[in-house]
Amino acid sequence: MARLSGLQKEVLRLYRKCLRECRKKPEATRAHFKAFARTEFEKNIKVDKRDFSAIEFLLRKGSRQLEMYASPGVKDIR
Amino acid sequence: MAALRSSSARVFAAASRPAFRPVVAARGMANLADGATQSQQASSEQSPKLKTFQIYRWNPDTPTEKPRMQSYTLDLNKTGPMVLDALVRIKNELDPTLTFRRSCREGICGSCAMNINGTNTLACLCRIPADNSAEMKIYPLPHTYVVKDLVPDLTLFYKQYKSIKPYLQRDTPSPDGKEYRQSKADRKKLDGLYECILCACCSTSCPSYWWNSEEYLGPAILLQSYRWLADSRDERTAERKDALNNSMSLYRCHTILNCTRTCPKGLNPGLAIANIKKELAF
Repeated sequence: MARLSGLQKEVLRLYRKCLRECRKKPEATRAHFKAFARTEFEKNIKVDKRDFSAIEFLLRKGSRQLEMYASPGVKDIR
Repeated sequence: MAALRSSSARVFAAASRPAFRPVVAARGMANLADGATQSQQASSEQSPKLKTFQIYRWNPDTPTEKPRMQSYTLDLNKTGPMVLDALVRIKNELDPTLTFRRSCREGICGSCAMNINGTNTLACLCRIPADNSAEMKIYPLPHTYVVKDLVPDLTLFYKQYKSIKPYLQRDTPSPDGKEYRQSKADRKKLDGLYECILCACCSTSCPSYWWNSEEYLGPAILLQSYRWLADSRDERTAERKDALNNSMSLYRCHTILNCTRTCPKGLNPGLAIANIKKELAF
């Protein structure tokens, strides 16, 4: 695998965090959370890897979303 | 007062020329309610006073598109005197996708803080200069993450505000079980501090805050810190001082005084910060 840039590592780090948070959710709905995280990332898969400002914005947006959905009050997601 | 004026203008309009009274005049807010009849006559006689506004646009739904400046031209004869009136009119009539925060339109809520012609100010307190025909440039507050168009992300700012515990902390109850009283002299110390509306104009104009916003509290929050330090009823002054006594929170202020220059309410955060430094030093 090619060496990743710092920004690419950050994206992967965010995705790993998302998957970790998924494991804290109830087992019945865990798959929903995983699928949701994946589609959220896939929505922006076409962003050019040199478009730093866009990727940085999406990272911020992603971590905001993660913070929100990670709260224990959120039990299911569609 | 405003309601009184606009209703009297409406009565006048109804009396003088009922057939021509436009429906929009009754809405008051965005349009000039009290001068509606006048400006209607004026615009038909005078040549239109055109003014171009260049406004920062950025849409989070298309993050790969770069931010751009969009021009809007308005006739000042039909617009209210303030920049916020122009923005509201642009949103109503020219481009409903333009996004900005606004609420009170009289400089008491601090929602419409933005960078107008290079100065951080409240759009509702900033007059449109009528004499020159130069373009007005409107940006969101500098060095903030943009949510959309002119809306800045102030999450960090509010988090820092929360961190200074902006409320009265006391352990002893008041002697007579009623409210905590204060002498007139003590109350006077809070003048010039309590008026701050936390619009973030000063913090976002401070170069020191631009480079160290994570740790430096910034002028607005330090002004509030001093407001609680100066309060005679608060009993946690020592703890509040302790929290500020490190190299980052307070001492990143290098008395640049952009804060005092830009404050749309005419307050002096620079003086408050100097007072905190004095209290910590002696």
